[in-house]
Amino acid sequence: MFYREAGDFNTTYAEDQQTFPIKFDRYRYYLVMFIAIVVVPFVINDYWVNSLLLPFLIYSIAALGLNILVGYCGQVSLGTGGFMAVGAYSCYKFMTGVDIWWGGELLFRLPEFNIFFSVIMGGVMTAIVGALFGLPSLRIKGFYLAVATLAAQFFLVWLFNRVAWFYNYSASGQISAPERGFLGVLITGPSTAPWAAYLFCLFFTIICAYAARNMTRGAAGRKWMAIRDMDIAAEIIGVNPLRAKLTAFAVSSFFIGISGALFFAVYLGAVEVGEAFGITKSFLVLFMVIIGGLGSIFGSFAGAAFLVLLPVALKVVGVDFLGWPTDIVAHLQLVIVGALIILFLIVEPHGIAQLWRLAKEKLRLWPFPH
Amino acid sequence: MNEQLAFTIEVFANGLMAGVLYALVALGFVLIYKASGIFNYAQGVMALFAAMTLVGIQNGQVPFVHLINAIFGTEIHGFGWTVPSFVAIILTVFVMIGLAWAVQRFVFRHLVGQEPIILFMATIGLAYFLEGVADLMWGSELKTLTVCATESVCLPQGMNMWLETTTYEAMGYGFFIDNLDIVASIIAALLVAGLVMFAQYTKQGRAMRAVADDHQAALSVGVSLNFIWILVWSLAGFVALVAGIMWGAKSGVQFSLSLIALKALPVLMLGGFTSIPGAIVGGLIIGVGEKMFEFLIGAPFLGGATENWFAYMLALVFLVFRPQGLFGEKIIERV
Repeated sequence: MFYREAGDFNTTYAEDQQTFPIKFDRYRYYLVMFIAIVVVPFVINDYWVNSLLLPFLIYSIAALGLNILVGYCGQVSLGTGGFMAVGAYSCYKFMTGVDIWWGGELLFRLPEFNIFFSVIMGGVMTAIVGALFGLPSLRIKGFYLAVATLAAQFFLVWLFNRVAWFYNYSASGQISAPERGFLGVLITGPSTAPWAAYLFCLFFTIICAYAARNMTRGAAGRKWMAIRDMDIAAEIIGVNPLRAKLTAFAVSSFFIGISGALFFAVYLGAVEVGEAFGITKSFLVLFMVIIGGLGSIFGSFAGAAFLVLLPVALKVVGVDFLGWPTDIVAHLQLVIVGALIILFLIVEPHGIAQLWRLAKEKLRLWPFPH
Repeated sequence: MNEQLAFTIEVFANGLMAGVLYALVALGFVLIYKASGIFNYAQGVMALFAAMTLVGIQNGQVPFVHLINAIFGTEIHGFGWTVPSFVAIILTVFVMIGLAWAVQRFVFRHLVGQEPIILFMATIGLAYFLEGVADLMWGSELKTLTVCATESVCLPQGMNMWLETTTYEAMGYGFFIDNLDIVASIIAALLVAGLVMFAQYTKQGRAMRAVADDHQAALSVGVSLNFIWILVWSLAGFVALVAGIMWGAKSGVQFSLSLIALKALPVLMLGGFTSIPGAIVGGLIIGVGEKMFEFLIGAPFLGGATENWFAYMLALVFLVFRPQGLFGEKIIERV
């Protein structure tokens, strides 16, 4: 009844091409933004931020990035964990001042970057590394490429484990974020206010989602989709596969790098590379993209929300409510996640985003069946 | 004989043995991929599941005992008997066949005609599911696996003394090779020979190859796809059981066992997804390559533990020059 485009007239091209052409969608979007920016920071506490909101925002960015690569450009990657590690370690190096050594002497040391720019630099460095590992995608396709990206995953984790320069020669081999602020508010370190960390991550999430949305419906996104649908045909109609694939790898890695940097600096505070950015992380983000919906911005958020909420919900029900031992609940969680993935693939291969689209279609027609 | 050279040869031999085990896991992948086009990521977890089931049956554990105790507040520990290895292996084979049937019936039957990448994702889901079920069924603690044919004849442990003393007398340097590795290589070779014979000379094997060649043509001459797929998954389950026994006897039955699936991936890339000889040659190349690289370059210059990534890098570089793998069919692309 209320959700339809009837009576909603567009008189300019800008209006016609806007992201949310239906009024109801637009107002809902404004409402969500209002609540997220103005209301939520005042009502949240430490538990909500650390167990739900921060992981959700950070994984959303990673899922957006991977969705650009897998969902829009069709290049399957299992290297997400490794790329997140690049983001985290570059952020750490820029936060603490990059030192360049040559022949045993300190050549020069960059000044310590502000946390904001450190996170951006994390994204930039990851984009470079991502484009480098994207090069083989020009010759290798499909499964072979998926396995080739595993090389990135294992090599990068090994690199950050072995080369002491990356973790500033600390004895534990861990990196831990020093206390840094932005605009006079503490963002990293143990005494950060929950709302500050939340707003900092929210800012990046909004910017990334905005950029992803507009890139994927512009010329770049159309080229990616042409490559995804059939790369040879795309090449024949004039899409440069080298540029399309490498930009997809670079943009996707940029997002993943930012999420890795936030994951380390704001969310965890201290990480050990094999534990935080192992192969399981790659699969987790891939599942978010698949369950959420390949080739959908909304799907990235839905998938991230689903897989962040599920373990928390299971823990609340299993451990707190039923009183089962934690290890049994952890195993049950594996079973349920696995079964859900299979179920989703069987029932709705296009993920939660497709369910949402169907629901919207039903709403538009309601109360009529057709 | 030069000490350094002898040591290099020993590393080479150990690499070959490790390669045989990689090939064994890769073989399970190839079987399923050829017959159904499914890239089965769950192969490693199947090996884990098989090994855990074998240990559980041997020790007379009650399945899902922790879960049952948690739900009903009971204090069950086990049946209180032990089953001889031979019987336990046969029972485990039946479990794996049941698993193959269930996977076919409840998962892949509903996914016929989907894109390969969706099928691949489904097997990742299956891997999570199986891992959780295995942990719930038998508990997640480290288990030791000893398989004995009779009271006294067991899968051997430790290094081969005979080989060491003879080579020491002959060349002045004793080779250090695990007994288990030798046995594993022989069993793997027998298994491969058996599978090839099965595929070449039996009716079911011929049907299997027909399905691998062309699904529709096979259907039209009356081959039951359903049966072949269950057969292939059972065979892969059996291969997983053998791989699980070998790795389990070597380093205990635990979660890391399922990670050998990841090691089998570069093997497959080298050998090509559709070739049984390719899986074997690829396995040997990877096994020898990573041991030699670690020994010659990794440990002295790069700080060690290069085994984690060398195989993938090798496969990556190799694929850039030959995208279809060593023995893979030539890829012809059309619009």
